[in-house]
Amino acid sequence: MTADRPTRATVLRRTAAALAIALAPLAVATPLATAATGTGTSTGVATTTATGVPTTTTSDVATDCKPDDTTACVAAFVLTDENERIPDVAVTITGPDGFSAAFTTSSEVQAVAVPTSGQYTATIDPTTLPADQPLPEGAPAELEVTAQTGGVARAAFRVGADAAAPPAQSETSSAPADDGQEAATDAGDGVGAAPEGDASERSFSWGQVWQQIGSGLRFGLLLALASIGLNLIFGTTGLSNFAHGEQFALGGALGYLTINTMGMSIWLGGLLTIAVCALTGLAQDAGIWRPLRRRGTPIMQMMIVSIGLSIALQFFIQFLIGGGTERILTSNPRPWTLLGITLSAASWISMGVAVVCMVAVAWFLTRTRIGRATRAVSDNPALAAATGIDPDKIVRIVWVVATGFAALAGLMWGISFGAVNWQLGVQLLLLMFAAVTLGGLGTAFGALVGSILIGLVVELSNLFIQSDLRYASALVILILVLLFRPQGILGRRERIG
Amino acid sequence: MDEFNRILEQTLAEFIAPTTAAYAMAAIGLNLHFGYTGLLNMGQAGFMLLGAYGFGIATMAGLPFPVAILVALAAGTVFALILGMPTLQLRGDYLAIVTISAAEIIRWIGRSTWLQEWTGGASGLQGRDYKDSFHATSPLGDGRMALGPLEYINTGSDSWWTRIFAWGLVALVLLFVWLITRSPWGRVLKGIREDEDAVRALGKNVYAYKMQALVLGGAIGALGGVLYALPLAIAPDAMSRTMTFFVWTVMLLGGAATVFGPVLGSMVFFAAYMLMRTGMRAVADNTGIGDVITTSNVEQIGGMLVGVTLMLLVIFRPQGILGNKRELAFNAH
Repeated sequence: MTADRPTRATVLRRTAAALAIALAPLAVATPLATAATGTGTSTGVATTTATGVPTTTTSDVATDCKPDDTTACVAAFVLTDENERIPDVAVTITGPDGFSAAFTTSSEVQAVAVPTSGQYTATIDPTTLPADQPLPEGAPAELEVTAQTGGVARAAFRVGADAAAPPAQSETSSAPADDGQEAATDAGDGVGAAPEGDASERSFSWGQVWQQIGSGLRFGLLLALASIGLNLIFGTTGLSNFAHGEQFALGGALGYLTINTMGMSIWLGGLLTIAVCALTGLAQDAGIWRPLRRRGTPIMQMMIVSIGLSIALQFFIQFLIGGGTERILTSNPRPWTLLGITLSAASWISMGVAVVCMVAVAWFLTRTRIGRATRAVSDNPALAAATGIDPDKIVRIVWVVATGFAALAGLMWGISFGAVNWQLGVQLLLLMFAAVTLGGLGTAFGALVGSILIGLVVELSNLFIQSDLRYASALVILILVLLFRPQGILGRRERIG
Repeated sequence: MDEFNRILEQTLAEFIAPTTAAYAMAAIGLNLHFGYTGLLNMGQAGFMLLGAYGFGIATMAGLPFPVAILVALAAGTVFALILGMPTLQLRGDYLAIVTISAAEIIRWIGRSTWLQEWTGGASGLQGRDYKDSFHATSPLGDGRMALGPLEYINTGSDSWWTRIFAWGLVALVLLFVWLITRSPWGRVLKGIREDEDAVRALGKNVYAYKMQALVLGGAIGALGGVLYALPLAIAPDAMSRTMTFFVWTVMLLGGAATVFGPVLGSMVFFAAYMLMRTGMRAVADNTGIGDVITTSNVEQIGGMLVGVTLMLLVIFRPQGILGNKRELAFNAH
């Protein structure tokens, strides 16, 4: 322990201050929470006609469906070859249990709420297309889409003279990678349940703010679980591990394989996933990082090695689960409402697990011998070694813990957001970097504070900006933090130079 | 045997492909950042995407071809200034974190519905919307030309003119980089890479020099984006983190802090990448392995091998093919 180490009182005061900042939005919104009455329930009501005969002229169902944890939407639109939506085309959506809804397209996206997840068929009536925009030859007038709660399944029909075959596409279907480049999968809104459309189209309500705070806490807690590992690795070895996002995605991907594909129970599959991922951490340290440290490899070189590892892992994950978006649990999530916040039961359980893990990490770092040794190594490895601590052993433990927690976070993310894809790692890595920089690079508690703040910002920004730009708000914060307080909320100045 | 010839032909074609030139150009810019100055720019794809958008949107707005190129250069310059201001006074990894994030922001904004009118959203800009002014500059006229086994049309997307223009531009930029890096200015950059404090002690404004290097390399990266867009379309999802990492692999393979390293690296990388993938596909199609490994698996295995190659390269031969082990930016801090 060096002299510049803050005393416990300072640490407590800083933590309290940071928590106060983190909880400030809650304090504002709490009195208004009473106004929130289940805003998470479905907003669009589908009219079900028993026969499924398309009504070609009238729009007889609500077409303003907003997806959330309990609502699945199916949207249909017809595009010209210049990507313009054609209005007044009759569309019929049919699905399981005799579900059928008919509406006509407009220049806005039209989405209907559907009762269950599953396969739906969107059919357009070619006779209602404009005369100069015919359906291309051989193009189907029907499209199959898979509706999932918390998402909009889009059926896009392409018409016009230049429409290339295959002219119709369903955007939720998987797209294979092309030429090693990232294919046009749904990257921007691939994770999470994003409300569709422009912020200005939605009415603003305090109930919605409260609901978003709940989602933000869920986001923040899961992010914290993943970024604590990133920060511990940085603290003990000085390495910004660019492969950490892939470790997170690996947890989701292996969870999908064990629980969904192999049909294991969620506990067995989850434990197996975490064990395998923790082993990858052990193997990485033994096979790559410790030999490199022995050789005295500069930290920059190790960072680029971690980038190589992240490319390899990213394509490995794609190899495992393919290019599409998958779900770990196939059953429909059950909504639970607590304090006026409606999230799926799995989300609430995940948040609970994350809190327990966080408390365990805090106890481990402050109360156990190995935890104290970990902090000593982060402070000054040479001095720690001189006092009889084996830094290699500590770093090994840190790698196992970090990869294990990343896998757990990835798994719970996949379950509570209902979507796992191979690009998850990239998106989360950037948010993790934003979180640890905001909280303070190398400080374990900083990762927690930073993650919760980032989670709240991302989910609350949904109310003001377009949902496909919500992650950008977190990264703008990152740049602002670096401009005005580069050491972060809990960091120390001397680390940044 | 036919199959074998076809594989060799495709591999040979990669040496002069316009995409190879685009990656070489981006790697030249990155080399100025990392090889000469020691800056960790992890967002070169962001510079490329901005350059491509700048060029494409300017052309669609009716500006002539040279002006559109200038718009692309300006886009890269402004982006570099914005990124450099908060980060260049901090330790190296902060620049890495900010650049990789900013490149993703650019991609998300590009593919969002917010600016769809200009950027075309997730589907991007179609090639035919912005290529006419480039094709009009071609002196070659119509028709086809064959050079050995390689045969292309004279003017068009995948044409001789695209190749001549791209490699000509690479040669010009290479000459420029060679001249500036052997100037006193270039020696200060190398000094910053070796020991920032020593250079500061000599009274140089390290921040300003780093910023100049970031801006120059970023503008060259934007030019790389233009070259990438000329034979293809502008698709934001094709120009993301994977592209940045490929540019890094190209630069480190050829040799950082060398003039010809990025060009050689790009040629070797893409030829080997093509050889590997077409070879694997041929094996998968013609033998029993095809039942286990499908064609899309070939892409994924190729990607994994690129990652492993980058790791092995950095560990065992960090100076690349042409580099000098004493002149390594890794030792900087």
